[in-house]
Amino acid sequence: MKKSYQSLEVNSIYNMKQVIHRKLSSNYLRLSLIFLLTFSTSIFAQDGDPVVGKSLFNANCIACHKLDKKMTGPALRKVESRLADSEGLDREWFYKWIKNSAGLIKSGDAYANKIYNEYNGAAMSAFPTLTNADIDNILAYTATEPTVAPPPPGPIDGGGSSTSQEGGISNKLILGALGVLFALLAGALFLVNKTLRNFADAKGVALTETKRTPIWKAFVQNQFLIFVTVIGLLLASAYFVYGFFMQVGVNQGYQPVQPIHYSHRIHAGDNGIDCKYCHSSARVSKHSGIPSLNVCMNCHKSIYEVAPKTQAEGLAEYGVDYNAEIKELYKAVGWDDAEQKYTGKSSPVKWIQIHKLPDFAYFNHSQHVVVGGIECQTCHGPIEEMEIVSQHAPLTMGWCINCHRKTDVKVKDNAYYTKIHEQLSKKYGVENLTAAQMGGLECGKCHY
Amino acid sequence: MKHLIKITIIALIAVSFTSCNNSARPNYQYMPNMYESVGYEAYQESNAFANGVEAQLPVDGSIPRGYTPFEYSSDVSGYNLAKAELVSPLDSTQFDEPRAKELYTIYCGICHGNKGNGQGNLVKREKILGVPSYDDAGRAINVGSIYHVMYYGKNSMGSYANFLSEEERWQVVAYVMKLKGDLEK
Ligand code: HEC
Ligand code: HEC
Ligand code: HEC
Ligand code: HEC
Ligand code: HEC
Ligand code: HEC
Ligand code: HEC
Repeated sequence: MKKSYQSLEVNSIYNMKQVIHRKLSSNYLRLSLIFLLTFSTSIFAQDGDPVVGKSLFNANCIACHKLDKKMTGPALRKVESRLADSEGLDREWFYKWIKNSAGLIKSGDAYANKIYNEYNGAAMSAFPTLTNADIDNILAYTATEPTVAPPPPGPIDGGGSSTSQEGGISNKLILGALGVLFALLAGALFLVNKTLRNFADAKGVALTETKRTPIWKAFVQNQFLIFVTVIGLLLASAYFVYGFFMQVGVNQGYQPVQPIHYSHRIHAGDNGIDCKYCHSSARVSKHSGIPSLNVCMNCHKSIYEVAPKTQAEGLAEYGVDYNAEIKELYKAVGWDDAEQKYTGKSSPVKWIQIHKLPDFAYFNHSQHVVVGGIECQTCHGPIEEMEIVSQHAPLTMGWCINCHRKTDVKVKDNAYYTKIHEQLSKKYGVENLTAAQMGGLECGKCHY
Repeated sequence: MKHLIKITIIALIAVSFTSCNNSARPNYQYMPNMYESVGYEAYQESNAFANGVEAQLPVDGSIPRGYTPFEYSSDVSGYNLAKAELVSPLDSTQFDEPRAKELYTIYCGICHGNKGNGQGNLVKREKILGVPSYDDAGRAINVGSIYHVMYYGKNSMGSYANFLSEEERWQVVAYVMKLKGDLEK
């Protein structure tokens, strides 16, 4: 009983709002009051269960409707009272519409046609299997008040940035305090030294500096020692110079900041999206490719913000506002989230290339991923744990060659290899061929 | 005073070393002449085109070799028509189940679940909701409708035409029909 009273109250509040808002004549007010009364009886009669309604809603409707946000279809919170007020529709209309909206449109129902055209003829699925009671439950669910969301841990700007800054500040504070401490210590030592000397002077104690040969002079006089040190220095510098030259052009660990903070940890790790979902062309071509933005929109049409938990984690651990990054994505593809349509104004995202072989070396993904059956992680490292991608392998020639020497070719069930496999196994007298024995060391295979 | 100079010099050298070691910038290259391609590389920027990238869409109306046009429109009427009359060009011997399964797992399983019951990983984690099970009686999907949905997408499901070649799409369709059959058992 209490519940229906509440929903009645809700209805009337809603009505008042509408009236104030539209400044309608009292005539209309009376009309709507009458309407409200007739309407509320129907609520008394067939009040649904919002809990059951929620699960039905999530199973059938949520693909197109959210309660508070326009998606493929309109926002549905309080849709019943809304349409009852503005269009004078009753629950019978909802039964008809939800069971078979196309039929209702065809029958020439004015509002059905109006909303259908408003959504550019996007068709709502028919739900012939839903009973009237099911629909009552769903409508009861749509009539519930929005739960006051627990304040997201870190409202997008203010609170969020402060938490992320706090970490930085406290670090700096500690460092600064340490610095001050050391300065104080040094000063104290200096002062102590000075006062001691003053004492000594006052007491007339002569601070005799014993005349020893300074250590460096002793060193200069010992030729053997000089010889050994020079050799040592030469070796050390050769080692460092060699090391320096060998890392020129090697970008292991390269980790540029990307224009959109896109996290493989969240996508490929936490949510387990397959690498090839996005890097589709790795299956069929030389390049693994960076997904075009329409690929992102397959999911991000529905995922317009991250879960509060994800958001909190991002702010606390990485100092990024994930929701703002999704907005960046929308800006780049030109997706108007409020209107749920493309604006047509898009701008390419300038992703920074990380893995890059020099032009004179040829590397093919499908050869390794499809034919060789090598996991992405063997070469790229634990990408699914990286918040920001970094280059895991050195990508030097030695790295390629080493793996070709060690890795066996998958010749099983591959008709392409049967003949060459027989011949080469005879030649090398082995059962399993490595990529090197198949010709993976020939200069021309990688250099052209 | 002398010490001070020495210390600052050493400090400067140390600082210059650390600043070289910046992981957000690429390393130096020795004589990069043959490192950079003269021709365009994939996705390269280029001011030869109005939108500033080298990758361009084919001219309207161009038809790749071996392409069969898909003549159903993207709207509801096209969907209904495809559902009514479109059939698969593959016969049962051409259905390559292991490969179809692999493709399905990569592209569809994440939402629809590997069994096709609408319980993929993203649904279980409540990131995307409203993914139907293939045996949903109200939808009564068939070969034609599945292909149409993969080609154009439907409501909140996007198009998968650019992920999969035509033949691969039909393989996936056959696999979806198999899952549907399994679910209805
Ligand atoms: C396939 C997507 C889709 C699904 C699923 C769907 N709807 Fe709709 N719905 C729409 C669209 C689109 C409209 C706008 C009218 C039109 O274009 O047909 C709409 C309109 C409505 C309206 C009228 C709202 C208004 O403000 O005028 C109601 C009520 C409604 N839907 C209820 C439901 C319920 C309840 C369910 C679940 C049982 C459901 N819908 C499932 C797409 C959908
Ligand atoms: C949801 C889409 C998506 C998924 C899934 C995905 N990636 Fe990526 N990947 C991207 C995007 C976008 C970029 C470019 C931005 C960047 O470098 O972070 C990228 C960049 C990369 C790069 C660096 C490319 C370069 O510039 O050298 C590698 C390597 C990579 N991904 C490997 C993987 C691997 C391995 C997996 C599976 C564990 C995977 N990706 C899953 C979208 C994805
Ligand atoms: C298969 C579905 C899917 C695809 C495709 C996808 N995303 Fe996501 N995205 C998600 C999910 C799931 C989340 C996490 C939502 C949560 O935790 O609540 C997410 C979160 C994000 C976030 C916020 C967290 C972060 O990584 O910074 C950004 C930004 C983002 N995605 C960008 C992209 C871009 C750019 C692409 C295209 C290259 C893309 N997404 C493709 C499913 C997807
Ligand atoms: C045998 C080692 C190896 C394996 C396995 C491998 N990659 Fe790569 N990847 C490379 C190398 C080398 C490059 C640099 C290629 C270049 O610059 O031409 C690269 C480049 C990339 C790029 C940058 C764009 C491009 O294509 O140049 C992406 C993205 C990528 N890989 C993703 C993947 C994914 C996803 C997988 C798994 C399906 C994978 N890689 C498997 C070695 C590998
Ligand atoms: C993780 C091990 C691994 C790494 C690293 C690796 N390869 Fe390979 N590569 C293989 C295997 C295995 C094959 C044989 C695939 C097959 O044909 O069955 C192969 C085959 C090749 C082939 C074809 C050889 C032929 O006989 O036709 C080329 C070219 C090649 N790799 C280039 C490279 C280059 C360039 C790199 C370094 C950037 C590289 N590979 C790194 C494992 C590797
Ligand atoms: C498995 C593939 C592979 C094979 C086989 C291979 N190379 Fe390389 N080579 C590479 C890669 C990759 C690089 C680029 C390394 C880098 O950027 O650090 C390279 C670099 C070089 C360079 C250095 C060029 C420069 O300016 O830095 C020379 C020289 C070279 N290769 C010669 C050869 C010769 C000679 C052979 C035959 C005996 C050969 N390579 C076989 C992959 C290969
Ligand atoms: C990002 C999540 C997602 C992915 C990935 C996805 N789908 Fe869907 N799919 C949906 C949603 C959501 C719907 C419900 C659309 C609607 O009717 O509102 C749907 C509906 C369908 C339907 C029923 C359409 C109808 O006729 O009513 C089929 C068939 C289907 N998907 C097949 C596929 C296939 C095949 C793939 C892989 C190529 C795939 N889906 C990948 C989310 C996804």
